[in-house]
Amino acid sequence: MAVLAKARGDELEALWSAIPEPPAYRFLRKPETGLAMVRGRIGGTGQAFNMGEMTMTRAAVQMTGEAGEAIAGFAHAAGRNQRHAELAAAFDAMLQDGRWHALVKKGVVAPLAEAQAGAKKRQATDTAKTRVEFFTLVRGE
Amino acid sequence: MYVAVKGGERAIDAAHGMLDRARRGDPKVPEISLDQISEQLALSVDRVMTEGSVYDRELAALAIKQARGDLVEAIFLLRAYRATLPRLAVTKPIETGGGTVRRRISATFKDVPGGQVLGPTFDYTHRLLDFTLAAEGRAQVHPPDEATVSLDPTPRVADVLNQEGLIEAIPQGDEPDGDVTREPLRFPASRSVRLQNLARGDEGFLLAMGYSTQRGYGRNHPFAGEIRLCDVEVEIVPEELGFPVVIGEMTVTECEMVNQFKGSATVPPQFTRGYGLAFGESERKAMAMALVDRALRAEELDETVSAPAQDQEFVLYHSDSVEASGFVQHLKLPHYVDFQAELNLVRRMRGEAAE
Repeated sequence: MAVLAKARGDELEALWSAIPEPPAYRFLRKPETGLAMVRGRIGGTGQAFNMGEMTMTRAAVQMTGEAGEAIAGFAHAAGRNQRHAELAAAFDAMLQDGRWHALVKKGVVAPLAEAQAGAKKRQATDTAKTRVEFFTLVRGE
Repeated sequence: MYVAVKGGERAIDAAHGMLDRARRGDPKVPEISLDQISEQLALSVDRVMTEGSVYDRELAALAIKQARGDLVEAIFLLRAYRATLPRLAVTKPIETGGGTVRRRISATFKDVPGGQVLGPTFDYTHRLLDFTLAAEGRAQVHPPDEATVSLDPTPRVADVLNQEGLIEAIPQGDEPDGDVTREPLRFPASRSVRLQNLARGDEGFLLAMGYSTQRGYGRNHPFAGEIRLCDVEVEIVPEELGFPVVIGEMTVTECEMVNQFKGSATVPPQFTRGYGLAFGESERKAMAMALVDRALRAEELDETVSAPAQDQEFVLYHSDSVEASGFVQHLKLPHYVDFQAELNLVRRMRGEAAE
């Protein structure tokens, strides 16, 4: 779910349209945009305080599983992209369906996770090169 | 008192038309896109998100474009939009110690565990105008080289001091004492409420207040214990799921100031601390906030409250740019009846004096 939430909406759209005959779903909860109050901690580790809000969109869909059972998929994603939340919820439901699980895991979640890890690694590399060793000078030697 | 005035619809429409044209500027110059604002004026976006109190780069970029680059006006626009959205969730407290660090410096220990990492900083630039940026398309961007270097984990400076008991412990708790967006301020305000107020507060105001503490208005001798710019995951616990899920990532800047001592008959002297936290890359804001947070703890630490920055009511009631700019700008509204009364009064007084 974290990988789907952190992906961009257009990435999910492209991956969705690459699925041949995607399953039908209906909304349990239509995409809804609102705010999440973000909390920080005093001193980074102490008592919580309300820092400010962040936009988020949530959605829930329902699909019919292999044995005719109802499968619910949920999504909660930062931002206001309603299609993003809808598709993330649909993928979440597919991941719980034996017929789709492997395909979505391998074809959707894995490449997104890899791209996200790659971006993190590039940034970490960039950052690490700005590490500095300060030294103090002794005067009057 | 101002009274309702009628009329002027056509003039107002024309003025707004003129505003639209002024916003667009010379039509021969290409129009700026929200992506361009978000990517290339990123620190303006960060400030508007922080003080507008909504983390959404696209909305902040739109507000900046609509406000013609007036950041205080953009903050107002974002606050107004915020008021139209329902609150769907409250996040778990973000863990700035667990984020991906992009900058981390300490002015207290040169060999700080985890190292000094400069990140994308204006520090050590010469502040000379770079005319290569003026030549369109000729700005030099150095591509990152691909050598893999890893970062060590970066423990907190406060934790280092804490090992020896040299710094005060901070109060714990998973719930804030209040929410200034839901309840009016009451005094004395708790530290968690004060921090929420300061997080939304005007950077210029907090900068001046923080500066005043350094210049002696409120005895306050700080060290920048740690400044950290990092990307953190944001988690909520949706009621329908009952377990935490990550909704996305955000960039925050954190500053912990280490200040002079406080001790008592039972507790030996310890460093005290002030804390600042802001959305995006907002280092000056986070530092100023940490100074003011510490100053506002005067009463709690048995210090004399003598300077403006130590006065809760003074600071917390005047920190909000939306309120401040609203009240200052309301002076533009018609005050014709008020003024007429004063005119009459001054004429009568002059008349009486002449008799």
